[in-house]
Amino acid sequence: MEQHKKQLTTQELYVRKHRLHHRTIGLLRLIVFVLFLGLWETCSSFGMIDSFFFSSPTLVVRTILTLWTQNNLPLHIGITLTETLVSFLLVTLISIMAACLLWFCKGFSEVSEPYLVILNSLPKSALAPLFIVWLGTGMKTIIVAGISVAIFGAIINIYSGFQQTGIEKQNLIYTLGGNKWQVFSLVVLPNGIPNLLSTMKVNIGLSLVGVIIGEFLAARRGLGYLIIYGSQVFKLNLVISSILILCLIAFGLYRLIQFAEHLMRKHMHLA
Amino acid sequence: MSSPLLQINDLSYSYHSLTGETYALSHVSFQIQPGEFVAIVGPSGCGKSTLLSLIAGLLTPENGQIVCTSSRIGYMLQRDHLFEWRTIYQNVCLGLEINHCATKEYLTYIDMLLKEYDLDAFRDKYPSELSGGMKQRAALIRTMALKPDLLLLDEPFSALDYQTRLQVSGDICQKIRDANKTALLITHDLSEAISLADRILVLTARPATILDDIGIQLTTTETGPLAARQAPEYGSYFDKLWKELTHGTT
Repeated sequence: MEQHKKQLTTQELYVRKHRLHHRTIGLLRLIVFVLFLGLWETCSSFGMIDSFFFSSPTLVVRTILTLWTQNNLPLHIGITLTETLVSFLLVTLISIMAACLLWFCKGFSEVSEPYLVILNSLPKSALAPLFIVWLGTGMKTIIVAGISVAIFGAIINIYSGFQQTGIEKQNLIYTLGGNKWQVFSLVVLPNGIPNLLSTMKVNIGLSLVGVIIGEFLAARRGLGYLIIYGSQVFKLNLVISSILILCLIAFGLYRLIQFAEHLMRKHMHLA
Repeated sequence: MSSPLLQINDLSYSYHSLTGETYALSHVSFQIQPGEFVAIVGPSGCGKSTLLSLIAGLLTPENGQIVCTSSRIGYMLQRDHLFEWRTIYQNVCLGLEINHCATKEYLTYIDMLLKEYDLDAFRDKYPSELSGGMKQRAALIRTMALKPDLLLLDEPFSALDYQTRLQVSGDICQKIRDANKTALLITHDLSEAISLADRILVLTARPATILDDIGIQLTTTETGPLAARQAPEYGSYFDKLWKELTHGTT
């Protein structure tokens, strides 16, 4: 009985320690945020930095409020979000299909390997001017720009995930009388899901990068447009506010995919 | 004698790479009768697993023939390879799913096997929640579910700890005998081979040929791997095998 009681308290201690650790980390994160804002505000109000160039938290809040009421900020945010999500979904779809094709046709994968490597290492922003000439200015170009940044890396990652499936697991399907399609659907695909999910987490960020590049060059709406417009007319408050909104969007999208990943892992009973 | 279930004639196989050819099997011939339990022992890396892969059809022989009168061959590997994203029940039904034969007859057979192997209570659990011995039993059910006539066992107990290994190997082999299946067991454990098999084929080092073919007769009152180790003949079989493996001659 005494033993049991003692065990419980060490367990309780462990849980308490764990919670305390988490709370401390959360608190420190908040302190960093508040300190940063405080320092920024103080420096600009005492003239240590020029708020024309560096803005300040109050100016940012004021700019965002004005944008929201007078310049249709929700529309700009909505456009950027839509473009990002559309290119993310297309990247996911196309890269999964391409990786499947590569897995099924070994010859095709061997032939295409150097091309994929080149396309993946190419700075995709260099392609954006071409897309404008080919597709005009508009949402189509921006979505293609978003896709172009993420797609090649995604194909390579997902395919190499498929390839990591153990040969014995594949042989198991053959010994049970299965064919190549069943090896793929029963082992390779489920086995590649964790890798697929982590690739998707990277892709959502890359799609956003591509969309902003596209908006810099070929848009009349969206956060990328606001940033480039702001810098051209020297409204740096506008630039900085848009960047901060972008930070929030990037964080939100990442969390969204992380949540989807969590659900999927739970569903598949993976750790 | 009835006609053999499996007949291997002059089988040779080598692995190729750009740096050269590795001979794995050289002119191997033997037969297995229905209902026999045959063990294959040999130095490590001598091509035992290659032999099973050839029989299972995972590799194509370069020379020689493999004649099996049954197309239903079950293959059990060293590791259980249960899929962690499937429950035990979904795992053992894998073969039925692949062959689209999840009929009432087969499903009842699986239910029976799950009860017999004490896994019925764990059917909805995931592999990560089971012990090594239980997982290996589940893997055997997965193999047995398709009612194979010939079972190929590639060191199926070597991933288990010693105590579990003794227990599970005796248990599983008894079940294979009870079901009157023919089995071909690869092992590097001489005691295991003597205590489980009716016949032992000794292979030489690479390229493997058949060095000896020993029929095992143990006088024991009880069955099981521990009882077999108490049999008076056990020691002489062990010495014989040991000498053959170390010296490479009969």
